[in-house]
Amino acid sequence: MTQDDQPISRKKFMEEFRRFEKGSVSRRHFLGVTGLGTAMAVMGGAMPSLLPRAARAQDLGDRVALATWPNYHDPDNFDIFAEKTGVYTQVNVFGSNEEMLAKLQAGGSGWDVFVPTNYAISTYVAADLIEPLDLTKLPNYDAAAFEKRFSDAGMVDGKLYAVPKNWGTTGIAFNSEHTGKVDSWKTFFDGARDKWSGRAMVHDYQLTTIGNALVYFGHSFNSVDPAELADAEKLLIDVKPHLYAIASDYQPAMRNGDAWLTMCWTGDGKQMNTDMPEIGFELGKEGGEIWSDFYAIPKDAPHREAAYALINFLLDPEVDKREALAHGYPVADERVNALLPEELLNDPILYPAAEKLSALEFGAAATLTDPNRAELMARFKSA
Amino acid sequence: MSTSSKRAKALLLTPAGLWYGAMLVLPLIVVLIFSFGSRSAVGGYAPGFSLEQYANLPARFAAFRNTLTLAPIGTIASLIIAYPLAYFLAVKVSAKWKTLLLVLVIVPFWTSILIRSYAWIFLLGGKGIPQLLEVFGIEGLRLINTPFAVLVGIVYGYLPLMVFPIYVALEKLDKRLLEAAADLGTPPWRAFCQITLPLSMPGVLTGSMLVFILLMGEFLIPAILGGGKVFFVGNALVDLFLQSRNWAFGSAVAVALVALMLVVVGLYTRILKRFGGASDAGLM
Repeated sequence: MTQDDQPISRKKFMEEFRRFEKGSVSRRHFLGVTGLGTAMAVMGGAMPSLLPRAARAQDLGDRVALATWPNYHDPDNFDIFAEKTGVYTQVNVFGSNEEMLAKLQAGGSGWDVFVPTNYAISTYVAADLIEPLDLTKLPNYDAAAFEKRFSDAGMVDGKLYAVPKNWGTTGIAFNSEHTGKVDSWKTFFDGARDKWSGRAMVHDYQLTTIGNALVYFGHSFNSVDPAELADAEKLLIDVKPHLYAIASDYQPAMRNGDAWLTMCWTGDGKQMNTDMPEIGFELGKEGGEIWSDFYAIPKDAPHREAAYALINFLLDPEVDKREALAHGYPVADERVNALLPEELLNDPILYPAAEKLSALEFGAAATLTDPNRAELMARFKSA
Repeated sequence: MSTSSKRAKALLLTPAGLWYGAMLVLPLIVVLIFSFGSRSAVGGYAPGFSLEQYANLPARFAAFRNTLTLAPIGTIASLIIAYPLAYFLAVKVSAKWKTLLLVLVIVPFWTSILIRSYAWIFLLGGKGIPQLLEVFGIEGLRLINTPFAVLVGIVYGYLPLMVFPIYVALEKLDKRLLEAAADLGTPPWRAFCQITLPLSMPGVLTGSMLVFILLMGEFLIPAILGGGKVFFVGNALVDLFLQSRNWAFGSAVAVALVALMLVVVGLYTRILKRFGGASDAGLM
């Protein structure tokens, strides 16, 4: 066995330790390169007494639980937050708003902060699962810095329940070597059951899969009209035998070339395009989804003060800039955009031309909770 | 038996009884109660008493059909592979190698089935076995995200559960019976059919039942290797609780699944009795 496949050699560890002792490297650097930081984070979850103590205790407790989406944060930011406050962030990753809602509805989720999407927030309010935010505890939040269409879903009945995180679109990612440019849902679904049979993926998510099938017919992305839903169901069941998979984790299959086109969220499209320029990302010209995610605090959050501290920290423009560079989703906060590199702001995947966005629709609360759409998805999957 | 020893016996049984009650009986009662309710407006559960959810069960016919097809096929496929392996381990291998080989059968159990199933994504995916087959002129074969891939994952994942009960039954086999048969001029294949096979049947049935019952509730392998296109009752349950958030209907589907399993286990016990009692199986 060579030394290379070890996380760090004994010699290297001692060298780093000496540098740390002499004060020539930061504690964060030391924990990072030695792998001790990760080890402490894991152990810290199990043994609170091992968690780093804050120099100036603010009664925040020692941990905060965050429920969020995959590849949506810069892990370094959580380390910095722990160093500053002594609060260790425990991250739980979810696949859909429905799943998050189910967890919170069941009670005792233990979450302090979670990341609902625009259309889910009014449902959380209706189900009495979140409380209005106390803005005095979020000095970094500047309502004026946000474009209204990305922040207004956080306001329900005149009360602010959630503050915006990122926004994005749901478009089409395609492997241009095999498919050429695909910029319409008509091409997507017709190609999927014909020349690209066995190569297309749709989300395991009713909102986008049914929504984009509706858009194919020129119906609204949010339609709950039985006749229009019947159209969408017919199309989906027709296309199903030709699909590569029904899955929301589409990056692996796209990257290894098994799948050639998929429904795709902005950040994933950006991440794949950066690594493999032949994978393109386009919005469906008939329409589709535009969305905005938020930070919110559940009613039964066990570490409420730490939750406010974490949200406030993540809203700091410098911190949020690092987040954006790590995950590749567009930011609605103009203070953050002022800090981002020019090429990112001009990237057509991240910030598409305004006229391309005009056909898109925000998801609606009724779309999330409609039992007929849920059953349609189940019939599609079990067909 | 004196009263005090009776009392001691009852006392010793209490922890098991409490465990059984808290972990099995209570949750089942909750599920049963939920199944008579309905979905609340924003999803979840609203109390009530109706049989509506049971009337909706045919909407999940495909999931039950897929489960009731792939579970027996998976069980039989596991059995076909496991029996020769168990026979080899119990009868043919010398004591020196036996322990090592048995450990090798157990070792995969130390890794999560999730990770092991993910490994199959790469093996069955376009860059795996299909690319290898192209060398032999077989082009464009699609293995991943098919019922075949699910079957491979099932057999791979559940094989040890089938091997061990059969191994235990064969290990206990009285070798003198085979010697006596040989002395009386019985050819080995007939001795196998008339002695070894019948005496190992309790092991076969125990293994089959372990695998079959677990397969009935399986959801992970179809989701990972079936690409969301091969839908089991387990997947229907996950979706009903986490996606549709229709807990009442989810509970009704769960009750139907448990009822189906009880029928199967009932049939199994009757078959087992004919083969000389469950105790011989070594695991029951």
